[in-house]
Amino acid sequence: MNSVPVDYYVLLSAVLFAIGAMGVLIRRNPLIIFMSIELMLNAANLVFVAYASVFKSFSGQIFVFFVIAVAAAEVAVGLALIVQIFKAKKNINIDELNSLKG
Amino acid sequence: MNSDLIVFLVLSLVAIATALGMVFSRNAVYSALYLVLNLVTVAVFYLLLGAPFIAMSQITVYAGAIMVLFLFVIMLLGAESLVPSKALPWQKPLAIALALVLVVEAVYLIISRAQPGLAITAPDASVNTMENLRAMAMELFNAYLLPFEITSILLLVAMVGAIVLTKQEKVGKGS
Repeated sequence: MNSVPVDYYVLLSAVLFAIGAMGVLIRRNPLIIFMSIELMLNAANLVFVAYASVFKSFSGQIFVFFVIAVAAAEVAVGLALIVQIFKAKKNINIDELNSLKG
Repeated sequence: MNSDLIVFLVLSLVAIATALGMVFSRNAVYSALYLVLNLVTVAVFYLLLGAPFIAMSQITVYAGAIMVLFLFVIMLLGAESLVPSKALPWQKPLAIALALVLVVEAVYLIISRAQPGLAITAPDASVNTMENLRAMAMELFNAYLLPFEITSILLLVAMVGAIVLTKQEKVGKGS
């Protein structure tokens, strides 16, 4: 029997998601935080496609298609915001972006 | 040990190693390149799962367009490596410990609720035919037509927003 249990894909996705969450927490560079968010989205997509493959349904794949489109929109706006913050502050270290601190 | 499982294990090692490389490399350009490798690895997983269209979208949109945008902004801002700040020094070990706790919890829950009957066999050649793509397009444009149109409006809004945000302001500058 030439097959992979679907739980292995879920485990791999959980590990990738945790690495992405850790990246969001430990890095101070907003660009790398963005990349970690992409990694987490990617881990979720992997489970969608795995279960779409198990249940022989296209709905999971179509949902992943939408997630990729929304991620592209999110990155475009997010990177524009980072460029604007850099222009205003000459610095993008998120520890020093504390203008709103009370 | 079957061949699919060997391919899966090798690819998951590559995926996890590149993800860790992305989080821990000092230079943001190396992080972006590690992430490109990770995205391509996940695209190969999609091929293994019988989703060739999603795999190609992943490579063109993610590994192509989005990562080029990332590299462009990194080099434009000169943000390859920031000076490490000394604020919150206890945060890094705490974050690593919490991520480990998250992994252990997830692994425990997944294993304790495992469904051993569900397994994925490698797809045969039929997923690479035009018929398969046509069936997916029929579902996309019939059952999911409204979300598709909403996504197009969202992309338009994001495009306008990105242009407005990065536009040079000519008035009210005061200098």
